[in-house]
Amino acid sequence: MDLSLFLQQLLNGISLGSLYALIAIGYTMVYGIIRLINFAHGDILMVSTYFAYFGISVYALPWWLSVVMAILLTALLGILIDLGAYRPVRHAPRISALITAIGVSFLLENLGLVVFGGRPKAFYRPDFLDKTYELGGVRVFSLSIWVPLVTALLLALVFLLLYRTRVGAAMRAVAKDMEMVQLMGIDVNRVISLTFAVGSALAAAGGIMWAMKYPQINPLMGIIPGLKAFVAAVIGGIGNIHGAVLGGLLLGITEILLVAFLPSLAGYRDAFAFILLILILLFRPTGLAGKDTIG
Amino acid sequence: MLEVGDIHISYGGIQALKGISFRVKAGQIVTLIGANGAGKSSILKTICGLVKAQKGSIRFEGREIKGLAPHWVTRCGITLAPEGRRVFANLSISENLTLGAYFRRDREGIEEDMEWIFFTFPRLKERLYQQAGTLSGGEQQMLALGRALMGRPRLLMLDEPSLGLSPRLVSEVFAVMRQIHERGTTILLVEQNANAALRLAHHAYVLETGRIVLEGSGEELLADPGVQEAYLGKITLM
Ligand SMILES: Nc1ncnc2c1ncn2[C@@H]1O[C@H](COP(=O)(O)OP(=O)(O)OP(=O)(O)O)[C@@H](O)[C@H]1O
Ligand SMILES: [Mg+2]
Repeated sequence: MDLSLFLQQLLNGISLGSLYALIAIGYTMVYGIIRLINFAHGDILMVSTYFAYFGISVYALPWWLSVVMAILLTALLGILIDLGAYRPVRHAPRISALITAIGVSFLLENLGLVVFGGRPKAFYRPDFLDKTYELGGVRVFSLSIWVPLVTALLLALVFLLLYRTRVGAAMRAVAKDMEMVQLMGIDVNRVISLTFAVGSALAAAGGIMWAMKYPQINPLMGIIPGLKAFVAAVIGGIGNIHGAVLGGLLLGITEILLVAFLPSLAGYRDAFAFILLILILLFRPTGLAGKDTIG
Repeated sequence: MLEVGDIHISYGGIQALKGISFRVKAGQIVTLIGANGAGKSSILKTICGLVKAQKGSIRFEGREIKGLAPHWVTRCGITLAPEGRRVFANLSISENLTLGAYFRRDREGIEEDMEWIFFTFPRLKERLYQQAGTLSGGEQQMLALGRALMGRPRLLMLDEPSLGLSPRLVSEVFAVMRQIHERGTTILLVEQNANAALRLAHHAYVLETGRIVLEGSGEELLADPGVQEAYLGKITLM
Protein backbone atom coordinates (compact mmCIF):
# COMPACT_ATOMS: atom_id res chain seq x y z
CA MET A 1 0.00 0.00 0.00
CA ASP A 2 1.24 3.43 -0.91
CA LEU A 3 2.00 5.38 2.25
CA SER A 4 1.24 8.81 0.87
CA LEU A 5 -2.06 7.62 -0.49
CA PHE A 6 -2.83 6.08 2.86
CA LEU A 7 -2.04 9.31 4.70
CA GLN A 8 -4.17 11.24 2.29
CA GLN A 9 -7.11 8.93 2.81
CA LEU A 10 -6.53 8.89 6.54
CA LEU A 11 -6.84 12.65 6.56
CA ASN A 12 -10.05 12.41 4.57
CA GLY A 13 -11.29 9.85 7.05
CA ILE A 14 -10.46 12.08 10.00
CA SER A 15 -12.22 14.93 8.29
CA LEU A 16 -15.38 12.93 7.65
CA GLY A 17 -15.15 11.39 11.10
CA SER A 18 -14.94 14.85 12.65
CA LEU A 19 -18.23 15.75 11.07
CA TYR A 20 -19.82 12.57 12.35
CA ALA A 21 -18.42 13.34 15.76
CA LEU A 22 -19.78 16.87 15.83
CA ILE A 23 -23.23 15.67 14.84
CA ALA A 24 -23.07 12.65 17.13
CA ILE A 25 -22.48 14.85 20.17
CA GLY A 26 -25.92 16.37 19.72
CA TYR A 27 -27.53 12.96 19.77
CA THR A 28 -25.56 11.84 22.73
CA MET A 29 -26.03 14.97 24.85
CA VAL A 30 -29.77 14.93 24.38
CA TYR A 31 -29.95 11.20 25.00
CA GLY A 32 -27.69 11.48 28.02
CA ILE A 33 -29.91 14.10 29.58
CA ILE A 34 -33.46 13.14 28.71
CA ARG A 35 -33.08 9.63 27.27
CA LEU A 36 -34.51 10.71 23.95
CA ILE A 37 -33.15 9.75 20.54
CA ASN A 38 -33.73 13.00 18.72
CA PHE A 39 -34.47 11.62 15.29
CA ALA A 40 -34.94 15.14 13.99
CA HIS A 41 -31.27 15.92 14.64
CA GLY A 42 -30.24 15.31 11.03
CA ASP A 43 -33.07 17.46 9.80
CA ILE A 44 -32.09 20.26 12.14
CA LEU A 45 -28.72 20.04 10.45
CA MET A 46 -30.43 20.34 7.07
CA VAL A 47 -32.31 23.46 8.13
CA SER A 48 -29.06 25.01 9.34
CA THR A 49 -27.55 24.68 5.88
CA TYR A 50 -30.54 26.51 4.43
CA PHE A 51 -30.14 29.27 7.01
CA ALA A 52 -26.56 29.66 5.83
CA TYR A 53 -27.60 29.37 2.19
CA PHE A 54 -30.13 32.17 2.57
CA GLY A 55 -27.58 34.38 4.24
CA ILE A 56 -24.90 33.83 1.62
CA SER A 57 -26.77 33.34 -1.61
CA VAL A 58 -30.03 35.18 -1.10
CA TYR A 59 -29.19 38.08 1.21
CA ALA A 60 -25.59 38.27 -0.01
CA LEU A 61 -24.16 38.57 3.49
CA PRO A 62 -20.52 37.75 4.10
CA TRP A 63 -20.21 33.96 4.32
CA TRP A 64 -18.74 33.91 7.82
CA LEU A 65 -21.52 36.12 9.12
CA SER A 66 -24.10 33.88 7.49
CA VAL A 67 -22.50 30.86 9.08
CA VAL A 68 -22.47 32.40 12.54
CA MET A 69 -26.07 33.50 12.16
CA ALA A 70 -27.11 30.09 10.86
CA ILE A 71 -25.51 28.41 13.87
CA LEU A 72 -27.30 30.74 16.28
CA LEU A 73 -30.63 30.35 14.50
CA THR A 74 -30.23 26.59 14.56
CA ALA A 75 -29.55 26.67 18.28
CA LEU A 76 -32.78 28.60 18.64
CA LEU A 77 -34.56 26.07 16.43
CA GLY A 78 -33.35 23.28 18.69
CA ILE A 79 -34.71 25.10 21.74
CA LEU A 80 -38.05 25.69 20.02
CA ILE A 81 -38.38 22.06 18.95
CA ASP A 82 -37.75 20.95 22.50
CA LEU A 83 -40.23 23.48 23.80
CA GLY A 84 -42.96 22.77 21.30
CA ALA A 85 -42.57 19.06 20.67
CA TYR A 86 -40.62 17.30 23.39
CA ARG A 87 -41.43 19.17 26.57
CA PRO A 88 -45.16 18.32 26.37
CA VAL A 89 -44.31 14.61 26.30
CA ARG A 90 -41.46 14.80 28.81
CA HIS A 91 -43.25 12.69 31.37
CA ALA A 92 -45.08 10.48 28.91
CA PRO A 93 -43.76 6.98 28.17
CA ARG A 94 -40.52 7.05 26.26
CA ILE A 95 -42.08 5.61 23.14
CA SER A 96 -44.30 8.69 22.85
CA ALA A 97 -41.27 10.94 22.82
CA LEU A 98 -39.60 8.72 20.24
CA ILE A 99 -42.61 8.87 17.95
CA THR A 100 -42.74 12.62 18.46
CA ALA A 101 -39.12 12.84 17.37
CA ILE A 102 -39.84 10.88 14.21
CA GLY A 103 -42.78 13.18 13.61
CA VAL A 104 -40.62 16.27 13.97
CA SER A 105 -38.16 14.73 11.53
CA PHE A 106 -40.87 14.19 8.89
CA LEU A 107 -42.23 17.64 9.57
CA LEU A 108 -38.89 19.34 8.95
CA GLU A 109 -38.17 17.29 5.84
CA ASN A 110 -41.54 17.95 4.27
CA LEU A 111 -41.65 21.54 5.37
CA GLY A 112 -38.23 21.83 3.75
CA LEU A 113 -39.60 20.41 0.50
CA VAL A 114 -42.47 22.87 0.56
CA VAL A 115 -40.55 25.95 1.63
CA PHE A 116 -37.16 25.41 0.00
CA GLY A 117 -38.24 23.20 -2.90
CA GLY A 118 -36.89 19.78 -3.74
CA ARG A 119 -34.26 20.90 -6.21
CA PRO A 120 -30.74 20.80 -4.78
CA LYS A 121 -29.10 24.15 -4.31
CA ALA A 122 -25.43 24.84 -4.82
CA PHE A 123 -23.70 25.67 -1.55
CA TYR A 124 -20.99 28.26 -1.28
CA ARG A 125 -17.48 27.16 -0.51
CA PRO A 126 -15.01 29.89 0.49
CA ASP A 127 -11.86 29.97 -1.64
CA PHE A 128 -9.48 29.03 1.11
CA LEU A 129 -11.36 25.77 1.58
CA ASP A 130 -11.13 25.00 -2.10
CA LYS A 131 -7.37 24.60 -2.38
CA THR A 132 -5.29 21.51 -2.79
CA TYR A 133 -1.80 21.39 -1.35
CA GLU A 134 0.98 19.00 -2.11
CA LEU A 135 2.99 18.07 0.96
CA GLY A 136 5.76 15.58 0.37
CA GLY A 137 3.79 13.66 -2.19
CA VAL A 138 0.59 13.76 -0.16
CA ARG A 139 -2.18 15.69 -1.81
CA VAL A 140 -4.20 17.53 0.74
CA PHE A 141 -7.50 19.23 0.22
CA SER A 142 -7.61 22.33 2.43
CA LEU A 143 -11.17 21.57 3.60
CA SER A 144 -9.95 18.25 4.96
CA ILE A 145 -7.56 20.13 7.21
CA TRP A 146 -9.92 22.84 8.30
CA VAL A 147 -12.76 20.53 9.21
CA PRO A 148 -10.82 18.63 11.89
CA LEU A 149 -9.34 21.90 13.17
CA VAL A 150 -12.72 23.56 13.54
CA THR A 151 -14.09 20.38 15.06
CA ALA A 152 -11.28 20.24 17.59
CA LEU A 153 -11.95 23.85 18.54
CA LEU A 154 -15.67 23.24 18.97
CA LEU A 155 -15.06 20.08 20.95
CA ALA A 156 -12.75 21.98 23.24
CA LEU A 157 -15.50 24.55 23.78
CA VAL A 158 -18.03 21.83 24.54
CA PHE A 159 -15.73 20.20 27.03
CA LEU A 160 -15.03 23.55 28.65
CA LEU A 161 -18.74 24.14 28.93
CA LEU A 162 -19.41 20.71 30.39
CA TYR A 163 -16.49 20.44 32.76
CA ARG A 164 -15.60 24.01 33.65
CA THR A 165 -18.90 25.80 34.09
CA ARG A 166 -21.70 25.56 36.58
CA VAL A 167 -24.30 24.97 33.96
CA GLY A 168 -22.13 22.21 32.51
CA ALA A 169 -22.04 20.55 35.90
CA ALA A 170 -25.82 20.94 36.02
CA MET A 171 -26.10 19.22 32.64
CA ARG A 172 -24.03 16.29 33.83
CA ALA A 173 -26.06 16.17 37.01
CA VAL A 174 -29.36 16.16 35.10
CA ALA A 175 -28.04 13.20 33.14
CA LYS A 176 -27.63 11.30 36.39
CA ASP A 177 -30.59 12.38 38.47
CA MET A 178 -33.00 14.96 37.13
CA GLU A 179 -35.21 14.99 40.20
CA MET A 180 -32.30 15.71 42.49
CA VAL A 181 -31.25 18.63 40.30
CA GLN A 182 -34.70 20.16 40.71
CA LEU A 183 -34.35 19.80 44.45
CA MET A 184 -31.25 21.99 44.23
CA GLY A 185 -33.46 24.84 43.03
CA ILE A 186 -32.33 24.44 39.43
CA ASP A 187 -34.82 24.85 36.61
CA VAL A 188 -34.22 21.62 34.74
CA ASN A 189 -36.09 22.81 31.67
CA ARG A 190 -33.56 25.56 31.21
CA VAL A 191 -30.70 23.10 31.41
CA ILE A 192 -32.43 20.93 28.83
CA SER A 193 -33.03 23.92 26.56
CA LEU A 194 -29.37 24.75 26.68
CA THR A 195 -28.52 21.15 25.84
CA PHE A 196 -30.69 21.33 22.75
CA ALA A 197 -29.14 24.65 21.83
CA VAL A 198 -25.61 23.32 22.10
CA GLY A 199 -26.41 20.06 20.32
CA SER A 200 -28.18 21.87 17.51
CA ALA A 201 -25.42 24.44 17.16
CA LEU A 202 -22.88 21.64 16.77
CA ALA A 203 -25.12 19.95 14.22
CA ALA A 204 -25.27 23.26 12.36
CA ALA A 205 -21.51 23.59 12.36
CA GLY A 206 -21.19 20.01 11.20
CA GLY A 207 -23.94 20.41 8.61
CA ILE A 208 -22.51 23.58 7.13
CA MET A 209 -19.09 22.01 6.80
CA TRP A 210 -20.78 18.97 5.29
CA ALA A 211 -22.51 21.23 2.78
CA MET A 212 -19.19 22.87 1.91
CA LYS A 213 -17.65 19.45 1.43
CA TYR A 214 -20.35 18.12 -0.87
CA PRO A 215 -21.34 21.51 -2.05
CA GLN A 216 -25.03 21.22 -2.55
CA ILE A 217 -27.99 20.99 -0.26
CA ASN A 218 -31.52 19.61 -0.40
CA PRO A 219 -34.28 19.06 2.15
CA LEU A 220 -33.45 15.37 2.59
CA MET A 221 -29.71 15.86 2.93
CA GLY A 222 -29.84 15.53 6.73
CA ILE A 223 -30.91 11.92 6.66
CA ILE A 224 -27.58 10.27 5.86
CA PRO A 225 -25.33 12.37 8.10
CA GLY A 226 -27.98 12.12 10.80
CA LEU A 227 -28.14 8.37 10.54
CA LYS A 228 -24.37 7.93 10.37
CA ALA A 229 -23.84 10.20 13.34
CA PHE A 230 -26.47 8.25 15.23
CA VAL A 231 -24.57 5.07 14.43
CA ALA A 232 -21.39 6.78 15.59
CA ALA A 233 -23.03 7.79 18.86
CA VAL A 234 -24.24 4.25 19.47
CA ILE A 235 -20.89 2.75 18.54
CA GLY A 236 -19.20 5.02 21.04
CA GLY A 237 -21.84 4.35 23.68
CA ILE A 238 -24.85 6.62 23.51
CA GLY A 239 -24.96 9.17 26.26
CA ASN A 240 -21.18 9.32 26.40
CA ILE A 241 -19.57 12.38 24.86
CA HIS A 242 -16.09 10.92 24.57
CA GLY A 243 -17.72 7.91 22.99
CA ALA A 244 -19.44 10.07 20.38
CA VAL A 245 -16.12 11.56 19.34
CA LEU A 246 -14.47 8.16 19.28
CA GLY A 247 -17.35 6.56 17.38
CA GLY A 248 -17.47 9.39 14.85
CA LEU A 249 -13.78 9.23 14.07
CA LEU A 250 -13.78 5.45 13.92
CA LEU A 251 -16.72 5.39 11.57
CA GLY A 252 -15.37 8.13 9.32
CA ILE A 253 -11.89 6.69 9.05
CA THR A 254 -12.93 3.09 8.42
CA GLU A 255 -15.54 4.17 5.92
CA ILE A 256 -13.08 6.23 3.88
CA LEU A 257 -10.36 3.60 4.04
CA LEU A 258 -12.83 0.97 2.94
CA VAL A 259 -13.86 3.00 -0.06
CA ALA A 260 -10.28 3.90 -0.91
CA PHE A 261 -8.68 0.50 -0.64
CA LEU A 262 -11.53 -1.82 -1.47
CA PRO A 263 -13.14 0.19 -4.24
CA SER A 264 -15.25 -2.77 -5.28
CA LEU A 265 -17.10 -2.43 -1.99
CA ALA A 266 -17.52 1.34 -2.29
CA GLY A 267 -21.20 0.98 -3.09
CA TYR A 268 -21.72 -0.56 0.32
CA ARG A 269 -20.27 2.33 2.29
CA ASP A 270 -23.54 3.18 3.98
CA ALA A 271 -24.30 -0.46 4.70
CA PHE A 272 -20.82 -0.69 6.12
CA ALA A 273 -21.67 1.74 8.90
CA PHE A 274 -24.38 -0.60 10.05
CA ILE A 275 -22.22 -3.70 9.78
CA LEU A 276 -19.68 -1.97 11.98
CA LEU A 277 -22.47 -1.03 14.36
CA ILE A 278 -23.76 -4.58 14.58
CA LEU A 279 -20.29 -6.01 15.09
CA ILE A 280 -19.42 -3.59 17.84
CA LEU A 281 -22.73 -4.04 19.60
CA LEU A 282 -22.31 -7.81 19.44
CA PHE A 283 -19.08 -7.59 21.36
CA ARG A 284 -19.71 -4.48 23.40
CA PRO A 285 -23.45 -3.98 23.80
CA THR A 286 -22.99 -0.65 25.53
CA GLY A 287 -20.66 0.74 22.88
CA LEU A 288 -16.93 1.30 22.92
CA ALA A 289 -16.74 3.84 25.71
CA GLY A 290 -19.56 2.34 27.74
CA LYS A 291 -23.05 3.58 28.26
CA ASP A 292 -22.20 6.11 30.86
CA THR A 293 -24.02 9.39 30.92
CA ILE A 294 -22.45 12.54 29.65
CA GLY A 295 -20.39 12.76 32.83
CA MET B 1 -43.16 28.56 59.60
CA LEU B 2 -44.59 25.55 57.79
CA GLU B 3 -48.24 24.64 58.03
CA VAL B 4 -49.48 21.56 56.29
CA GLY B 5 -53.25 21.32 56.21
CA ASP B 6 -55.20 18.21 55.32
CA ILE B 7 -53.12 17.04 52.38
CA HIS B 8 -54.19 13.99 50.42
CA ILE B 9 -52.15 12.22 47.80
CA SER B 10 -52.52 8.97 45.96
CA TYR B 11 -50.29 6.93 43.73
CA GLY B 12 -52.26 5.48 40.84
CA GLY B 13 -55.51 5.32 42.79
CA ILE B 14 -54.00 4.12 46.04
CA GLN B 15 -54.32 6.70 48.79
CA ALA B 16 -50.97 7.17 50.43
CA LEU B 17 -51.74 10.27 52.52
CA LYS B 18 -55.21 10.59 53.89
CA GLY B 19 -55.46 14.03 55.34
CA ILE B 20 -52.18 15.04 56.92
CA SER B 21 -52.00 18.18 59.01
CA PHE B 22 -49.06 19.35 61.05
CA ARG B 23 -46.88 22.36 61.61
CA VAL B 24 -43.27 23.17 62.03
CA LYS B 25 -42.42 26.22 64.08
CA ALA B 26 -39.42 28.31 63.17
CA GLY B 27 -36.33 27.30 65.10
CA GLN B 28 -37.58 23.84 65.93
CA ILE B 29 -36.54 20.35 65.06
CA VAL B 30 -39.64 18.39 64.19
CA THR B 31 -39.62 14.71 63.41
CA LEU B 32 -42.02 12.37 61.67
CA ILE B 33 -41.82 8.75 62.71
CA GLY B 34 -43.72 5.75 61.48
CA ALA B 35 -43.35 2.26 60.11
CA ASN B 36 -42.14 1.49 56.57
CA GLY B 37 -44.68 2.63 54.06
CA ALA B 38 -46.51 4.90 56.49
CA GLY B 39 -46.03 7.83 54.13
CA LYS B 40 -43.17 9.78 55.68
CA SER B 41 -41.22 10.24 52.48
CA SER B 42 -44.44 11.04 50.65
CA ILE B 43 -45.06 13.96 52.99
CA LEU B 44 -41.64 15.44 52.33
CA LYS B 45 -41.99 14.92 48.59
CA THR B 46 -45.36 16.61 48.62
CA ILE B 47 -44.02 19.62 50.49
CA CYS B 48 -41.19 20.11 48.05
CA GLY B 49 -43.45 19.71 45.02
CA LEU B 50 -42.21 16.40 43.66
CA VAL B 51 -45.57 14.82 44.35
CA LYS B 52 -48.75 16.76 43.69
CA ALA B 53 -51.27 16.98 46.52
CA GLN B 54 -54.83 16.46 45.39
CA LYS B 55 -56.23 18.36 48.29
CA GLY B 56 -55.09 20.47 51.17
CA SER B 57 -52.73 23.35 51.65
CA ILE B 58 -49.07 23.82 52.33
CA ARG B 59 -48.12 27.21 53.67
CA PHE B 60 -44.54 28.27 54.18
CA GLU B 61 -43.85 31.55 55.96
CA GLY B 62 -47.43 32.51 55.32
CA ARG B 63 -47.31 31.78 51.61
CA GLU B 64 -49.15 28.98 49.84
CA ILE B 65 -46.55 26.82 48.12
CA LYS B 66 -48.72 23.91 47.09
CA GLY B 67 -48.46 23.38 43.35
CA LEU B 68 -45.13 25.18 42.96
CA ALA B 69 -42.53 23.39 40.85
CA PRO B 70 -39.81 21.77 42.99
CA HIS B 71 -37.14 24.25 42.01
CA TRP B 72 -39.36 27.12 43.16
CA VAL B 73 -40.02 25.49 46.50
CA THR B 74 -36.27 25.21 47.00
CA ARG B 75 -35.85 28.85 46.08
CA CYS B 76 -38.49 29.74 48.64
CA GLY B 77 -36.20 28.37 51.34
CA ILE B 78 -37.08 24.69 51.76
CA THR B 79 -34.50 22.10 50.79
CA LEU B 80 -35.08 18.37 50.85
CA ALA B 81 -32.17 16.01 51.25
CA PRO B 82 -33.95 12.90 50.01
CA GLU B 83 -33.66 9.31 51.05
CA GLY B 84 -30.58 7.52 49.78
CA ARG B 85 -28.19 10.52 49.63
CA ARG B 86 -28.29 10.79 45.86
CA VAL B 87 -25.06 12.67 45.45
CA PHE B 88 -24.06 13.21 41.83
CA ALA B 89 -21.57 10.38 41.65
CA ASN B 90 -20.11 11.55 38.33
CA LEU B 91 -19.41 15.06 39.62
CA SER B 92 -16.65 16.19 41.91
CA ILE B 93 -17.39 17.08 45.50
CA SER B 94 -16.78 20.69 44.68
CA GLU B 95 -19.28 20.54 41.82
CA ASN B 96 -21.87 18.83 44.01
CA LEU B 97 -21.60 21.65 46.51
CA THR B 98 -21.65 24.32 43.83
CA LEU B 99 -24.86 22.93 42.40
CA GLY B 100 -26.39 23.19 45.84
CA ALA B 101 -25.91 26.95 45.66
CA TYR B 102 -26.75 27.22 41.96
CA PHE B 103 -29.67 29.56 42.30
CA ARG B 104 -28.04 31.91 44.80
CA ARG B 105 -26.46 35.17 43.82
CA ASP B 106 -24.90 36.20 47.15
CA ARG B 107 -21.28 35.31 46.57
CA GLU B 108 -20.19 36.11 50.09
CA GLY B 109 -22.95 34.07 51.64
CA ILE B 110 -22.06 31.13 49.44
CA GLU B 111 -18.45 31.36 50.46
CA GLU B 112 -19.39 31.59 54.11
CA ASP B 113 -21.53 28.46 53.82
CA MET B 114 -18.80 26.64 51.97
CA GLU B 115 -16.38 27.49 54.80
CA TRP B 116 -18.83 26.24 57.38
CA ILE B 117 -19.26 22.99 55.50
CA PHE B 118 -15.51 22.48 55.19
CA PHE B 119 -15.14 23.20 58.87
CA THR B 120 -17.89 20.76 59.79
CA PHE B 121 -16.92 18.08 57.25
CA PRO B 122 -13.15 18.32 56.87
CA ARG B 123 -13.15 15.11 54.83
CA LEU B 124 -14.99 16.86 52.04
CA LYS B 125 -12.40 19.58 51.85
CA GLU B 126 -9.63 17.03 51.53
CA ARG B 127 -11.38 15.40 48.61
CA LEU B 128 -12.73 18.44 46.87
CA TYR B 129 -11.85 17.43 43.33
CA GLN B 130 -12.52 13.75 43.71
CA GLN B 131 -15.62 12.24 42.15
CA ALA B 132 -18.41 11.96 44.67
CA GLY B 133 -18.98 8.34 43.68
CA THR B 134 -15.65 7.43 45.23
CA LEU B 135 -16.68 8.58 48.69
CA SER B 136 -17.70 6.12 51.39
CA GLY B 137 -21.35 5.90 52.38
CA GLY B 138 -20.83 8.09 55.40
CA GLU B 139 -18.91 10.69 53.44
CA GLN B 140 -21.62 10.71 50.80
CA GLN B 141 -24.18 11.41 53.49
CA MET B 142 -22.09 14.32 54.71
CA LEU B 143 -21.86 15.59 51.16
CA ALA B 144 -25.62 15.27 50.73
CA LEU B 145 -26.08 17.33 53.90
CA GLY B 146 -23.51 19.86 52.79
CA ARG B 147 -25.04 20.16 49.36
CA ALA B 148 -28.47 20.75 50.84
CA LEU B 149 -27.06 23.42 53.15
CA MET B 150 -25.45 25.21 50.23
CA GLY B 151 -28.91 26.39 49.28
CA ARG B 152 -29.06 28.06 52.70
CA PRO B 153 -32.55 26.74 53.42
CA ARG B 154 -34.55 28.16 56.28
CA LEU B 155 -36.28 24.80 56.51
CA LEU B 156 -34.15 21.72 55.92
CA MET B 157 -36.03 18.48 55.36
CA LEU B 158 -34.01 15.33 55.89
CA ASP B 159 -35.26 11.91 54.83
CA GLU B 160 -33.52 9.17 56.78
CA PRO B 161 -30.08 10.75 56.88
CA SER B 162 -28.68 7.97 59.05
CA LEU B 163 -29.90 5.09 56.93
CA GLY B 164 -27.32 2.37 56.41
CA LEU B 165 -24.60 4.02 58.48
CA SER B 166 -22.54 2.46 61.22
CA PRO B 167 -23.52 3.42 64.80
CA ARG B 168 -20.58 5.77 65.08
CA LEU B 169 -21.57 7.57 61.90
CA VAL B 170 -25.20 7.68 62.98
CA SER B 171 -24.26 9.63 66.07
CA GLU B 172 -22.06 11.84 63.95
CA VAL B 173 -25.01 12.62 61.68
CA PHE B 174 -27.14 13.46 64.70
CA ALA B 175 -24.43 15.69 66.07
CA VAL B 176 -24.26 17.50 62.76
CA MET B 177 -28.02 17.97 62.72
CA ARG B 178 -27.75 19.59 66.12
CA GLN B 179 -25.07 21.94 64.79
CA ILE B 180 -27.15 22.81 61.76
CA HIS B 181 -30.03 23.63 64.04
CA GLU B 182 -27.85 25.74 66.30
CA ARG B 183 -26.85 27.72 63.26
CA GLY B 184 -30.47 28.76 62.94
CA THR B 185 -31.91 26.28 60.48
CA THR B 186 -35.28 24.73 61.18
CA ILE B 187 -35.32 20.98 60.58
CA LEU B 188 -38.03 18.55 59.59
CA LEU B 189 -36.60 15.10 60.08
CA VAL B 190 -37.80 11.67 59.01
CA GLU B 191 -35.93 8.88 60.73
CA GLN B 192 -36.00 5.13 61.18
CA ASN B 193 -33.98 5.64 64.28
CA ALA B 194 -36.97 6.84 66.28
CA ASN B 195 -35.13 6.79 69.56
CA ALA B 196 -32.44 9.22 68.51
CA ALA B 197 -34.88 11.32 66.49
CA LEU B 198 -37.27 11.76 69.40
CA ARG B 199 -34.42 12.74 71.67
CA LEU B 200 -33.28 15.37 69.23
CA ALA B 201 -36.70 16.74 68.30
CA HIS B 202 -38.71 19.45 69.99
CA HIS B 203 -41.87 18.12 68.52
CA ALA B 204 -42.83 14.84 66.87
CA TYR B 205 -45.64 13.29 64.89
CA VAL B 206 -46.38 9.60 64.60
CA LEU B 207 -47.66 8.40 61.27
CA GLU B 208 -49.62 5.26 60.51
CA THR B 209 -50.73 4.34 56.99
CA GLY B 210 -51.14 7.86 55.74
CA ARG B 211 -52.56 9.40 58.91
CA ILE B 212 -51.08 11.19 61.87
CA VAL B 213 -52.12 9.23 64.92
CA LEU B 214 -50.15 10.89 67.67
CA GLU B 215 -48.19 14.02 68.34
CA GLY B 216 -46.29 15.51 71.19
CA SER B 217 -42.93 16.73 72.34
CA GLY B 218 -40.01 14.41 71.87
CA GLU B 219 -39.94 13.48 75.54
CA GLU B 220 -43.65 12.80 75.66
CA LEU B 221 -43.48 10.37 72.80
CA LEU B 222 -40.36 8.72 74.16
CA ALA B 223 -42.33 8.01 77.29
CA ASP B 224 -45.46 6.85 75.50
CA PRO B 225 -45.96 3.08 75.93
CA GLY B 226 -47.54 2.66 72.50
CA VAL B 227 -44.65 4.45 70.83
CA GLN B 228 -42.15 2.49 72.88
CA GLU B 229 -43.67 -0.75 71.76
CA ALA B 230 -44.14 0.11 68.12
CA TYR B 231 -41.07 2.18 67.31
CA LEU B 232 -38.53 1.91 70.06
CA GLY B 233 -38.40 -1.86 70.19
CA LYS B 234 -39.40 -2.00 73.83
CA ILE B 235 -41.84 -4.73 74.67
CA THR B 236 -44.39 -3.77 77.26
CA LEU B 237 -45.46 -6.73 79.31
CA MET B 238 -49.16 -7.23 79.62
N1 LIG C 1 -43.93 6.33 43.41
C1 LIG C 1 -44.82 5.55 44.04
N2 LIG C 1 -45.71 4.82 43.33
C2 LIG C 1 -46.62 4.03 43.97
N3 LIG C 1 -46.70 3.90 45.28
C3 LIG C 1 -45.83 4.59 46.05
C4 LIG C 1 -44.85 5.43 45.46
N4 LIG C 1 -44.13 5.99 46.45
C5 LIG C 1 -44.64 5.51 47.61
N5 LIG C 1 -45.66 4.67 47.36
C6 LIG C 1 -46.48 3.98 48.39
O1 LIG C 1 -46.98 4.96 49.26
C7 LIG C 1 -46.88 4.53 50.60
C8 LIG C 1 -46.06 5.47 51.42
O2 LIG C 1 -44.73 5.45 50.96
P1 LIG C 1 -43.57 6.33 51.57
O3 LIG C 1 -42.37 6.13 50.73
O4 LIG C 1 -44.05 7.70 51.75
O5 LIG C 1 -43.38 5.64 52.98
P2 LIG C 1 -42.27 5.87 54.09
O6 LIG C 1 -42.99 6.12 55.32
O7 LIG C 1 -41.29 6.88 53.65
O8 LIG C 1 -41.60 4.46 54.14
P3 LIG C 1 -40.05 4.05 54.41
O9 LIG C 1 -39.87 4.07 55.88
O10 LIG C 1 -39.99 2.65 53.88
O11 LIG C 1 -39.19 5.00 53.67
C9 LIG C 1 -46.32 3.12 50.54
O12 LIG C 1 -47.39 2.21 50.60
C10 LIG C 1 -45.64 3.05 49.21
O13 LIG C 1 -45.69 1.74 48.69
MG1 LIG D 1 -39.28 6.82 53.15
